[in-house]
Amino acid sequence: MRALLVELARFSRRNTLSAVGGLVGLSIIFIALAAPLLAPRDPLKADFRRMNKPPDAQSFLGTDQVGRDTLSRVIYGARTSLFVAFSAVILGTTVGSLWGVACGYLRGRFDLYSQRIMEILQSFPDLILAMAISMAIGTGLQAVIFAIAVTRIPFGGRVIRSVALSVREMPYVEAGRASGASALRIMALHVLPQCIAPYLVLATTHLGAAIVIEAALGFLGVGVPPPTPTWGNMLADSITALVPPWWLAFFPGLAITVTVLAFNLLGDGIRDTLDPRLSPAFLRMMAGGRRG
Amino acid sequence: MRKYLARRAVYAAVTLLGVSLSIFVILRILPGDPLVAILGVEGHARMTPADRVRIMADLGLSDPLPLQYVHWLRDIAAGRLGKSFFRGDTVSELIAHRGPISAEIGVLALFVSWLVGLPVGILSAFKPNSVPDGVARALSILFIAVPGFWLGMLIVLASLFWFGYKAPIVIVHLWENPWQNFQIVIGPALVLGLAQGAYISRMSRSCLLEVIGEDFVRTARAKGLREGIVVMRHALPNALLPVITISGVLLGFVLGGSVAVEQAFGVPGLGRALVIAVIERDIIVVQNLVLLYAVIFVVVNVLVDLSYAWLDPRIRYG
Repeated sequence: MRALLVELARFSRRNTLSAVGGLVGLSIIFIALAAPLLAPRDPLKADFRRMNKPPDAQSFLGTDQVGRDTLSRVIYGARTSLFVAFSAVILGTTVGSLWGVACGYLRGRFDLYSQRIMEILQSFPDLILAMAISMAIGTGLQAVIFAIAVTRIPFGGRVIRSVALSVREMPYVEAGRASGASALRIMALHVLPQCIAPYLVLATTHLGAAIVIEAALGFLGVGVPPPTPTWGNMLADSITALVPPWWLAFFPGLAITVTVLAFNLLGDGIRDTLDPRLSPAFLRMMAGGRRG
Repeated sequence: MRKYLARRAVYAAVTLLGVSLSIFVILRILPGDPLVAILGVEGHARMTPADRVRIMADLGLSDPLPLQYVHWLRDIAAGRLGKSFFRGDTVSELIAHRGPISAEIGVLALFVSWLVGLPVGILSAFKPNSVPDGVARALSILFIAVPGFWLGMLIVLASLFWFGYKAPIVIVHLWENPWQNFQIVIGPALVLGLAQGAYISRMSRSCLLEVIGEDFVRTARAKGLREGIVVMRHALPNALLPVITISGVLLGFVLGGSVAVEQAFGVPGLGRALVIAVIERDIIVVQNLVLLYAVIFVVVNVLVDLSYAWLDPRIRYG
């Protein structure tokens, strides 16, 4: 625990900006988790006596066309947006990474065909692929998560494959092979642990992208279906008015920007720390400081 | 070089074949019954079996799936892209009518991104860690994080308030009225271009800094050349290659992003058409438009690769 704190202190001294990003990200996660406690009103409750009200003392960020409280909806929106983004990134990056490990370690025909598949996946602009998939399997929460996850697979596949390619040439892996360990065992026990750091880098750097895709899907009307409050849905609601009330257009977008900015900064810092030489100190920290 | 070109073209063709196959799988096989995809579960249940059979045959959906796929490819080769399920117009007409606007936005965005990104990157690399460098980097981080469609909404909103801006309802092509056409495309192009420009300035800064550290740059300095000439004439050409590559990758963001940005500005381009088709579940239109976007993306990236081989004499592909 102490070692972890020391590592964290060093990380934030070297990457002040990304430490700030991490803090902001953590607070947004906290807001999302504690939404029922923090939101002043029910985000779904319409109030026809207070429609289209600009920000005032009763509702700090105003109300929408049917009198729902914007602040509460932004707070609850954090829940959906973060849940979708985290699930999609974890699902997509994990599948991609495992696939990449297999490609890099097994090589041969399996690798060749897999790389073609990744190439095909990367031939689509992200948002357009996500739109097509979520249209095909129906626009629900799971569909959106799955659609965004698919767009993340090739990134994991490519990066982790290159790591596995270099790890498989290491003497200790060769030793494992020589002593008769199966490919599965070597991949799981010897190659996979080396991929944890790049996996973390990948996952954090793609969080921002996932949040933007989720918001864009919602904005285009093909994301998580209303009335669930998501930041994208709120923006979509706001432009249906002839003259959109500025608070409806401004605050959800600001929430997206701040969140994406926070996770991008955090990701940049983690990448700077891990990418050049995968620092053993940080690896220990991520492994729970067991050996340190 | 010619051999490389041929091989690259074959690779791209194979990839595109795979792309078309995956679009087909996603849109025709995943939902099970394509009529459910078009009409939704309730709409599908409300129809009589006879209606279903008639509509399926009408759309060419009652053939076996492999045959449908082959027919689709054959139609593309013949230049027939099928018809919208809900409107009379063919997909080819749709592309011919709305495509130019979106293409203009894309090309203009590319111009903006280089016009803004490159000078900012060079300026940053000239004096790393100075105040202008810090401002430039902060701005690029910000512009990468701001979603384009939100920025677009805010611009539209601000112009509504202050200039009485109206969203364009009809398409005005460049050859009809250049000024009105410019007014339609400039907003989306700026929003998309600035976001890409942020990536380009970042990339050109780091590439320049890397090149500036190399021996030949030191030699140039030792010869007594002015710093401006050293950077612009010796370092910059060597730093540009990765920037060109990233420009090809960024096209994916422009293509995808333009869909949302067109919606924000209310520009009746191809992206809007795709969104409407997705919402209406007009699978024939979706299938062809998604393929079109992927084709553009793949072809441009092949061109980027080729320009790479052409610009860098060290790279010789066998």
